[in-house]
Amino acid sequence: MSNTVISAQNLDLTFETNDGPVHALKDITLDIAEGEFVSLIGPSGCGKTTLLRVIADLEKPTGGNVSINGMTPEQARLARAYGYVFQQAALLPWRTIEDNVALPLEVMGLDQATRAARIESNLELVNLSGFEKKFPWQLSGGMQQRASIARALAVEPDMLLMDEPFGALDEIVRDHLNEQLLKLWAKTRKTVVFVTHSIPEAVFLSTKIVVMSPRPGRIHDIIDCDLGNDRPLDIRETPEFLKVAHQVRDGLREGHSYDD
Amino acid sequence: MTARILLHDKILPIGVVVLAIIAIWYAAAVFLNAPFERDQAERAETEISFSEILPRTMAQERPVLPAPHQVFAELWNTTVEKKITSKRSLVYHSWITLSSTLLGFAMGTVLGVALAVGIVHYQTLDRSLMPWIITSQTIPILAIAPMIIVVLNAVGISGLLPKATISMYLSFFPIAVGMTKGLRSPEVMHLDLMRTYSASRAQTFWKLRLPAAVPFLVTSMKVAISIALVGAIVGELPTGAVAGLGARLLAGSYYGQTVQIWSALLMAAALAGILVMTVDIIGAWVNRRMGVRPA
Ligand SMILES: Nc1ncnc2c1ncn2[C@@H]1O[C@H](COP(=O)(O)OP(=O)(O)OP(=O)(O)O)[C@@H](O)[C@H]1O
Ligand SMILES: [Mg+2]
Repeated sequence: MSNTVISAQNLDLTFETNDGPVHALKDITLDIAEGEFVSLIGPSGCGKTTLLRVIADLEKPTGGNVSINGMTPEQARLARAYGYVFQQAALLPWRTIEDNVALPLEVMGLDQATRAARIESNLELVNLSGFEKKFPWQLSGGMQQRASIARALAVEPDMLLMDEPFGALDEIVRDHLNEQLLKLWAKTRKTVVFVTHSIPEAVFLSTKIVVMSPRPGRIHDIIDCDLGNDRPLDIRETPEFLKVAHQVRDGLREGHSYDD
Repeated sequence: MTARILLHDKILPIGVVVLAIIAIWYAAAVFLNAPFERDQAERAETEISFSEILPRTMAQERPVLPAPHQVFAELWNTTVEKKITSKRSLVYHSWITLSSTLLGFAMGTVLGVALAVGIVHYQTLDRSLMPWIITSQTIPILAIAPMIIVVLNAVGISGLLPKATISMYLSFFPIAVGMTKGLRSPEVMHLDLMRTYSASRAQTFWKLRLPAAVPFLVTSMKVAISIALVGAIVGELPTGAVAGLGARLLAGSYYGQTVQIWSALLMAAALAGILVMTVDIIGAWVNRRMGVRPA
């Protein structure tokens, strides 16, 4: 079997806020194997972003343990083990698209030639060749998000952490980017942790779907999902697909009913 | 096409305002200078009609308010007609003031940026320095300028530097405040992004904080350069400086040379306008280089 890349044990995270503590994560235990595509799905406020940020060492858990390839999240971050894609494109407005992709490469201290090669190949990968010299505001929202994915990929990390990268995009663009992302994953077999609100998106992309429920944020169910390597968009009408989607929906509904 | 837009958007409105100012100026000159003429007539025990007063109010040697054409004649005389090296050339005096303005502005910018960088990176500096920076600006510059000049003279520093120090004293403040705000302007998301790259503090500074602060810096530089000019002029007053626009203002008021005062004032205003415009143009160029979306 493939080895475990991300392993979380009994994670707990409580934010101390002005109106008292907020229990964002409770007793999260999750293993993610190398090359898996794992989606985190759940209602707003259930701690998806927080969990991703803990893995990325942008947030420190108040209890429990995370290890990434046997390292602490901080060591993994310092080793640049992952690329992080935010919900917004988060491009620097004063840099052109190619310079935005170059940003992490400059931080890493790569030489000019390596940078140029990686910029070219990664922009091509997300279909943005020809837009190198444009500034972010000259691109549509979907193109900006693709540029931010190219930027994360240019680091050549073993792992991609994506927080609702397509959340703000329309259905058509979203479908298109889903297909591209799937192709990319099939080609590179990077480990992906992907936050989403959309059931079809999760089922279409994932090998494993983590259904979370809110207050406190915890894992309600983990659903395996293997639709094979070749997944055209219209797989979404097949019975297998609908069966998994149904399972996820049931899980979400059950998770919610704990509340009321 | 563009010429017409220029005419409509710039020349026409500005021209109208300039004409209005000149008209009001003439009216005020007549009104303010007429009593002197009436006094003269009374003393000479002659009758004087308004049509006789009118031209005289615009040709006095020491009018309360000189008429525009008197000031412009003086300006013409002391700029175009005089050699630049002459002590009576306004260009010469402007240059003296300008050089200490620019030196003081440069020093103020460096000081202001340095303070902002310190304040943003060290919380103790934020807490310990900020109150002093703000206090420094509540002391009237007229009170502190003579002390700066005297103290610096006592340690053997004279000439350009004391005046420039006063310009610096005034101009570092908007730079420090604006730059602090600018360096703190990056969004949390961008700071997180740099963190995921495990970027060092220096890298985050050069690649994120500094470029984000540039628009703030340009804005505060516009304020700083005009008050640096004020500082340089004020710095020339207490020393009894022999050269500079401040010295011209002072000498003019000693001898009641109102025409000289007004031409020095106009020159200072023009200088301020040119300085702010220069910063503006440089700022616009930098913005364009940095891909700011045209409005
Ligand atoms: N920095 C913070 N300080 C205080 N509370 C926080 C902070 N970040 C998140 N929270 C709280 O933690 C809980 C989980 O937030 P999180 O952002 O992880 O939710 P999410 O599942 O990503 O929601 P969404 O789908 O809306 O993005 C929420 O109740 C939120 O208010
Ligand atoms: Mg979120």
